[in-house]
This record gives sequence, structure tokens and C-alpha cells, in this order.
Amino acid sequence: MGSLKRNIGAALAAPVTAAAALIDKPLRAWQSATGTGGMATFFLAPNMLIFGIFVLFPLVVNFVYSMTGGTALFLPDRPFVGAEHYERLLDCTDYTDPRSCKDDQFWIAVRNTALFVVLQVGLMTVVAMITALILNRDLRARSFWRAVFFFPVLLSPVVVGLIWRWILQREGLLNFMLYELGGEPVVWLTDRFWAFAAAVGVSIWAHVGFYALILLAGLQAIPRDLYEAAEMDGTRPGRVFWRITLPLLAPNLLVVIVLALIRAVQIFDEVYVLTGGGPGTSTLFLTQYIYEVGFASLLRNPGLAAAASILMGAVLVVLTLIQLNLSRRNSGKGGGR
Amino acid sequence: MMKKLTATALAALAIGAAGIVPGQAGDVRVMWYSDGVEGEVIQDILNRFMQENPGINVILDNVAYKVVQEQLQIQLEAGQGPDIARVTNLKALADHWLDLTPYVKDPDYWRANFGDQFDWMRPDGSSIIPGFMTQITLTGGFANKTLFEQAGVELPGPKATWDDWAEAAAKVQASQQLPAAFAIDRSGHRISGPNVSYGANYIAANGDPAPVDDGVKTFAKKLVDWTAEGKHSKEVWVSAAGSTYRAAADDFINAQIAYYYSGSWQIANLSTKIGDAFDWVATGSPCGTAGCSGLAGGAALVGIKYTKNPEDVGKVMDYLASEPIVKEFTERTLFLPAHKGVIAKGGIDFKSDDPNVKAALNKFVEASGEILPNAAALPAWKWASAYYGALVTRISQVMAGELSLEEAYQRMDEDIADQVAQAKK
Amino acid sequence: MKRIAEFLLRRRGGSGWHWTDIVTWVWLVGGLLIMFGPALWLVGSSFKSPAQLAEFPPTLLPYVSQQATVEGYDKPLTLYDVTLENGEKRRLAEIRRIGIVAQMVDPENPGEVIKVNIQNRTPAREVGFATENYTEPFLHFDFLLYLRNSVFVTLMATLITLVTNSMAAFALSKYQFRGRSLVMLLILATLMVPLSVILVPLYSVISAMGLFNSLWGVILPTVATPTGVFLLRQYMLTIPDELLDAARMDKASEWQIYWRIVLPLTAPALAVLAIFSVVWRWNDFLWPLIVLSRKELYTLQVGLNTYAGELNVQWHFILAMTVVTMIPVVLVFIFLQRFITAGIAGSGLK
Repeated sequence: MGSLKRNIGAALAAPVTAAAALIDKPLRAWQSATGTGGMATFFLAPNMLIFGIFVLFPLVVNFVYSMTGGTALFLPDRPFVGAEHYERLLDCTDYTDPRSCKDDQFWIAVRNTALFVVLQVGLMTVVAMITALILNRDLRARSFWRAVFFFPVLLSPVVVGLIWRWILQREGLLNFMLYELGGEPVVWLTDRFWAFAAAVGVSIWAHVGFYALILLAGLQAIPRDLYEAAEMDGTRPGRVFWRITLPLLAPNLLVVIVLALIRAVQIFDEVYVLTGGGPGTSTLFLTQYIYEVGFASLLRNPGLAAAASILMGAVLVVLTLIQLNLSRRNSGKGGGR
Repeated sequence: MMKKLTATALAALAIGAAGIVPGQAGDVRVMWYSDGVEGEVIQDILNRFMQENPGINVILDNVAYKVVQEQLQIQLEAGQGPDIARVTNLKALADHWLDLTPYVKDPDYWRANFGDQFDWMRPDGSSIIPGFMTQITLTGGFANKTLFEQAGVELPGPKATWDDWAEAAAKVQASQQLPAAFAIDRSGHRISGPNVSYGANYIAANGDPAPVDDGVKTFAKKLVDWTAEGKHSKEVWVSAAGSTYRAAADDFINAQIAYYYSGSWQIANLSTKIGDAFDWVATGSPCGTAGCSGLAGGAALVGIKYTKNPEDVGKVMDYLASEPIVKEFTERTLFLPAHKGVIAKGGIDFKSDDPNVKAALNKFVEASGEILPNAAALPAWKWASAYYGALVTRISQVMAGELSLEEAYQRMDEDIADQVAQAKK
Repeated sequence: MKRIAEFLLRRRGGSGWHWTDIVTWVWLVGGLLIMFGPALWLVGSSFKSPAQLAEFPPTLLPYVSQQATVEGYDKPLTLYDVTLENGEKRRLAEIRRIGIVAQMVDPENPGEVIKVNIQNRTPAREVGFATENYTEPFLHFDFLLYLRNSVFVTLMATLITLVTNSMAAFALSKYQFRGRSLVMLLILATLMVPLSVILVPLYSVISAMGLFNSLWGVILPTVATPTGVFLLRQYMLTIPDELLDAARMDKASEWQIYWRIVLPLTAPALAVLAIFSVVWRWNDFLWPLIVLSRKELYTLQVGLNTYAGELNVQWHFILAMTVVTMIPVVLVFIFLQRFITAGIAGSGLK
């Protein structure tokens, strides 16, 4: 069985290996002609070409869109309007009160997104941490338990949103269970507090397994003898956690927070299906705002949507720079590059 | 490097050939969405068409409604798209429809039977034949007769007002311990009939949107009050932001509400899902101070201007619009037909065992006589969707306690004005 | 059974319950319910008839109502559990319902018609599966074609992702060159741009390149994933440069270094990226829906959404097809689970 697998593997790999060997010759010529600098270009080229055409270029085009008006979708049909959309978005008498803004929905979305990011990333990191600590214990059937927590990561966001909408709606599964247990049913998704909590909770449910695994990986890399030494010294478990586990886990924790932050800012599909942004506008997030203004509503305003996304992008670049700085300082400590 | 690139390019082409399908002459692509069985019915009809016309290959692309609503416009603006499409955004995209006049056998047949709705789907002032309505819809109410009986409450009569219905349904709610008395779909289109019944007029003299008037304010206030009192189901309206459509049909199907204001298109859905669980009746639209108006609408099948093959499109459209086919389609889908000849002749034999269905369909036909002029003008008005969107977005914010009614009216006017200004650029 | 009990009651030390044992136990069992429960319920719901799906309150299992053939009636009649006025409970078949009164008959004794208020009857049901939710779409739905398209998109996208991302990550982690930080910054910045934000410009690009209504239009925009480059680069940074220098001394070309040394060493991270790429591309929905509007090009996710109409969504079909499309993902997961965990564990995400 094992050898069969190996044979099939070898048979499949043969043409690939041959191809790789085949292109080595011309590449050597290229290398001697251009030096290692040329090789860097070669390795970067395919990715950056696709990246440039399908990500960077549309981003630039998007910026141009933000300066044009009208409802036409293609640039040549759109008149130049300058900073009109930015003026509209930034027109507020009091930035703490969305209702004083010309575009109240944009500012509601900004406020909701900020709150969501803080809550979701914070809570999810804690939940992922606890899960990782528990999975790192001497468990029987650990791979089964790992699978349990990782499983929702595999579901598509639309499915995640649907499943939970059916569970949380007025006469859904959760209220049915509450009722059977003698509790009072709650209309989860029409209550401002609960709807927001559901948005946070469901997105944690869907993604926590991934982050728990990253942390688990870090935990498993911590040498056992450190713990044994601490145990011999009679250090309390709480102290062990704060003094040994947490500092050694810091790099993984940073990755978790960075990735989670990125996902949280972009939150859209699950919540759109779950609450549609309601009740009222209490779970209306930025991506949904942009999507609806620029794409989904019957009279589209691609310029306004583009301007909103550029503003969002500007904030994100600042956040990225801060993170980059943090991680550089961090890797500097480890003596890497 | 070159070799590698060529090799990859060749490989990509070889595999990609499976991915890219060029349009062929003689092909007619129809983009179609389905709410129920109509996709199967039309496929069946098209198969017969192809047997009779071996030279024409009609391909039916069943798509999600989202595609028709969000993506078709991009294709059209890029000068692409299918040859025929079933659409609901009739007026806004009217510039892209094909004039079928030179391609159909008998343009006068078209004008005589479908002419009333041509203005819904062609630019203002134009006289083209763009297509025909596959179904006419009319908004209207449904009452759960069994719940009313159980509560011992009389069903309000034909001239009953919205207040009468709200009160009667609230009595049923109290007696039968329902979570809400009645519900209206979350849609600006749905509450526009009632608005007009209270005297609203959306259209200013120059054709642009008029500011929100007393008619709108009267019904909006009633609706918000009913919601606050727990009579009108809050859930459907506050469960989304923006202009997202939400139907309250499931609440009615499960006898959670006594009265449901939606439209004729629900009949087939209600019939399948309610079955024998209770008796339900269509009631037409309740009355306001100005009348008892519903709002018409529907989906149309239109030719697309960018087709390479308009003659064949004409043939397909002629076949689908012919009297026997329209009649068959209507009978099998339980839709209200648009074809004047079919309506005038009567004798439509809807294919359903459910006695509630025929009564309901007849009630809707009868109610179509109650449409007020202000409501009749809306389907052909190009700013209607901007107006509907603002209504839903802002009224649901009031229901959720985020805005006062006065603020909402002001925001509605601003929203509509912004959209009109943007679209006129 | 004993083993399960033993397993469930395992404790930290040899004697007594430590509080962390209790927390562990509660967390794991709670996690099992919360994480798996909803998905199981989804599978159960996919076997419900449309009427039962809309039913409040929902039932855990799918049910069908029982029917009986009664002498003297052509069609089978539906059975109900009835409480009669004298308090007696009986199982009767319903002939017809008029308003709030049901006319019922005892299947054993079809002669006598009993009138019952409908509030005093509940349908007699048994667990049953509405398999037509699955069979119907298979008849009208070109499942095999959509499956082929989905597989093609998933495999091609994953393959290209792995090759281009690993090459770029290699350059970014093992070479010093001008503009490296700029490239890194660009990639990181776009990590944060959600697709829905650049839909319209991206569509213009696709349409200008003639990739509209082509599977390549679905594949290409997704393959330059910044996440992949980021992940692989982080992993490659942990490969010591001395290894590469030694190979260079042996006259290995840069390509050989990449192909023969770095790639094999990066295998765990590549496995993680491959698995995620498969899952992402398989689940992709919004973008394919925009690019593909011809049925011979539909992927499964696009195909199942043809059941979402304007005024009505046929949930019973969508649910069933969702379960079908979940199967490959679950299989991938079951068979490659150890790669996922080992890969993430090793993938130097530090």
C-alpha cells in the first residue's frame, strides 16, 4: 500500500521534475547575464504581474473612480467631479454623532466597524488562547478535538450566516431550546445589543479554530523543560502562564492579532447574511455600506463607494505601517532580518 | 524564461479552451431567474420551440436573481450580455433593450396585447417594442381565515380601511396569542400602494421626485405606530439595513400573523407551503382616504440591443408571446397574465388542486380595477426605485428607534435628491 | 463505554480533580456542541420538506406526516392524534377540513364521521427524509458539469497560487534588492482590501481582457493572494541562509536552490496554503457569480444559487445542494487534517 502510493507519487512527480530540470538551463544563462538581482526579478515576476493586473491596477482605477460622478459603471462614461464625494463623506458638524453628518450611514458604518474590530479581535484572541491551552494539555484523541474547533473554518461565509440565522431567528432553534428549558424567548436579531453580539459571536465561531491552531503551534514549540523547571520550583500555574507561556508565545500572538484584525475590518458576508446590517443600522459595517452604495442598490453610485473605500484604505495603510513597525522590532529581537 | 512562458501559455490555452465558450451563430441565450417552477416551464416550452425550429438553438441560463439585479447592468454597459433576459429593473435599463418591431411577425399583435406595459420598459417618449411582461403582479393582502374564525372575529369587508384591518387583526392577535397581528414585506414597492391610498403623489409636475408629502407621512406614521404597539411585525422591517428586500411570507405560512400584505406572486408559494393547514383568502388592498389602491409590477422578457442575431431573437419572442404559449405559461406558473387577448377570453385553467388558489387569483384580477392613477404611473416612472429605496431605509430606521419620523422625512428627501442629482450627471 | 467514561473523566494529576480538569472538560464538551451542532442541524434540515423548513418551532429531525388508506376513499388520508370531547385520545384520519372543524374518520371503522375542532388535533408524524430535495436538483441541475468546473477552478487556482506565491516568497525572503520593502508593503497593504470594494474596477479589467464568462476570469484575480505570500515568506525566513550559501558553493543555480532546497523544506507551509486555497476557491461565491452567467460555466456555488429568486428563495434545494458541496471540503479535511495542524504548527508563523 505504502509503496503503491510512493509509486503513484513518483509517476505524478516525474513530468514536473523533468520540466523543472528543463527550464534550469535557460535560467542559468539568465542568471549569469543579470546576476542575482535579475533572479529576484524573475522569481517575483509571475506573482507581481498577476498581482499588478488584478489587485493593484483596480485599486488605482478605484481612486480615479472616486473623483468621478454619475451612475454609469465604466470610466469613459463618467464625468470628473473632483473631491465632491470626499467632501460629502467628511461633511459632519460633530464627528462623534453620525446623525449630524451629511452621509449618516457612512459614519454609522465606521463607528460599528471600529467597535466590532475591537470586540471581535479581543474576544477571539482570548477564546483562541484558552482553546489552544486546553488542546495543548495531555489529551486523549487530541486530533479529534482539534478538528472539532477547526471545522467551521471550512464552511463558506454564506453557509455560516444562514445556519446561524435559522438558529437565532424569533422561532429558531435557540429560542426553542430556551422555551423547552422554561426560559423566556428572546428576539435575538431585532435587539440592538444581541444582534451585535451575534455578529461578533458568529464571526468568532467561524474563525477561532484557525487562530487557535496558530497558537497551539507556538505552545508546542515551547521547550518542555522550561515547564518542568518551573514545576520543580513550585511556581503556581498562573505565574507560569504569565512568566513563561505568554512571553514565548508573543510572536504567534502578534500574527494572530494581525491576521484577525485584517479579517475583522473586512467583515461582510457572514454578517450580511445573518443580520443584513439590522436591526436598523446597528450591524451595518463598512464593506456592506460600500457594496450597497456602489453595487447592490438600484441606482448605484460607484464614485461615492470608491471614495469610501479609499478612505477606509487610508486608515488601513496606517494600521499596517504600525504593525510592520511592531513586527520589525519584534523580529529584530530574535536576530532575524 | 521564454520557453517556460511559452509552455505555460500553451498549457493555459489548452486547458482554457475548456473554459471559454464562444457564442455561435444560431444561438439565442436567455438569462432567466426563477421564483418557483417557471424555469422548468419555460425550458419545456423552449424545447418544443427548438423542435419546431431546428436551426435555432436556445440556451436557457438559469441565474440567481442577484445576477439579474447586480451583474446584468455591468454586462449591458460593456455592450455585452445575453440575447434575451427576464428582468424587473425595466425602466432604469431601458436604453439597452432591443426594438423588436422589425423582427416580429406582426407588431400590431404585440401592441394590441402587450402595449399597455410598453412604457414600463422603454425610455420616456420612445415608441419601440422592447418585449413583454411574463407576468403582471399586483400588491394585495392575504388573511388567515381560519385564525379569524378561531378568534371569532369577522373578516373586514371589501371597503375596509387599513385601520379596520389593523384593528381586526389585533383582536385575532390578542385572542390567539400571536407574536404580531399583521406584516407587510420590507419593501418600498409594497408600501407605495397604501401610501397612494392615503393621497400620496411621488411625481412632481416636471417628472422628478416630489418631496415626501402628507399621503406618505400619514401611512408611514400609522405603520410606525402599529409597529411600536406590537401590531405590525417589527422583525421583518428591522432585520436588515438599507433597501434589502425581506418577505414576511414564512410568518403567514406558520400562522404567526393573521394578515399579510404582499402580492399576487405569493399565491403559488402559499399554496405549496400552507397546504391544508388553514384557509386563506386574498383581500385586495385595504382602503385609505383616497382609495384602495395596490401597485402593479412584474417581470418582463426583453430583447437585448447587443445581440448578434436579432432575427432569431424575434422568432423566439414571437413564439413565447403567442397566445397559446402565454396561456399555458400562465396556467402552469399561477401567474397573472399580461396578454390582453388571454385575459379578455377568460377560461384560464390554473393548474392547481387548491381551492384557495383560484379564488385568490380571481380576487387579484378584480382588485386590479382599484389601482389609483398615482399608483398606475409608478411602474413607468424612472425614479421609482430611488424613492422606494429611501422609504425602506429610513422608515426601518425609525422603527428601530434610530431616527424620529421628522428626521426620516428630511433624510428621505435628501437621499432621493442626491440619487437624482448623481444619476443626471 | 468504560473507555469513554475513563476518557471523559481523565484528570490532570493522579488524584482528585484539579479546577483545570473541570474547565477542560466543560470547554471541550461545550465546544463539541457549539461547533458541530449547527452543522449537524444544517444536514438534518436539508432533508426537510419546504413546508417543514418554514415551520415554527423547528424540529430537530425531519418528519413526514403519516398517511393511511381508508376504505371508501380514493386518496390516502392524513393521520392525526385527536383528543375527543370526552377526553379520549385516538388516532384518526382526516377526510376534509372546513374552517375550524375537521371531519375525521377512524381507519378501523370507516363508517362513522367524527367532527373535531382543529385545535384538538395534531398531525401524527414519523421521522422521514425528503430525499427529493437532493434528487430533484440532480435531474434539472447539471451537477456533473458544475462539479467539473468547480474542480477545474479549484485545482488550477491552487496550483498557480502555490507556484507564483512560493517564487515571490523566495525572492522576498532570500534576496536583498532595492524596493523589497516597497513590494512587501504593497502586498501587506492589499491584504486588507476586500474584493467587494474593488468589484467594479476589477470587472472592467476582466471585461477588457476578454475573460468575462471564462473560468480564467474566476481563477486569475484570486491567485495572487497576499496571504499566501505572507505565510510562505514567514516560513522561508526560518530556513538558514547557510544552507543556500553551501549550495551556491556547489555551483547550484538559483533556480535549483529554489526548486531542490527551499521548496522541499517549505513543504509544511505549502501544504497549509494548498489546503486553504482549495477551501477558499471551492467556497468562492460572489466573484464567480459576477463573472459567470452561462450555465455551462457555472461552478457549484453559482449553480446552487439559481434557486434564489426575486421574491422567493427555494431553501430546500439550496440547503441540500449546500450539503453536497460541503462533502469534498469535509473529505479534504478528514484526510489532510494532520497536514493542516502539522503545517500550521511548523509554518513558522512566528
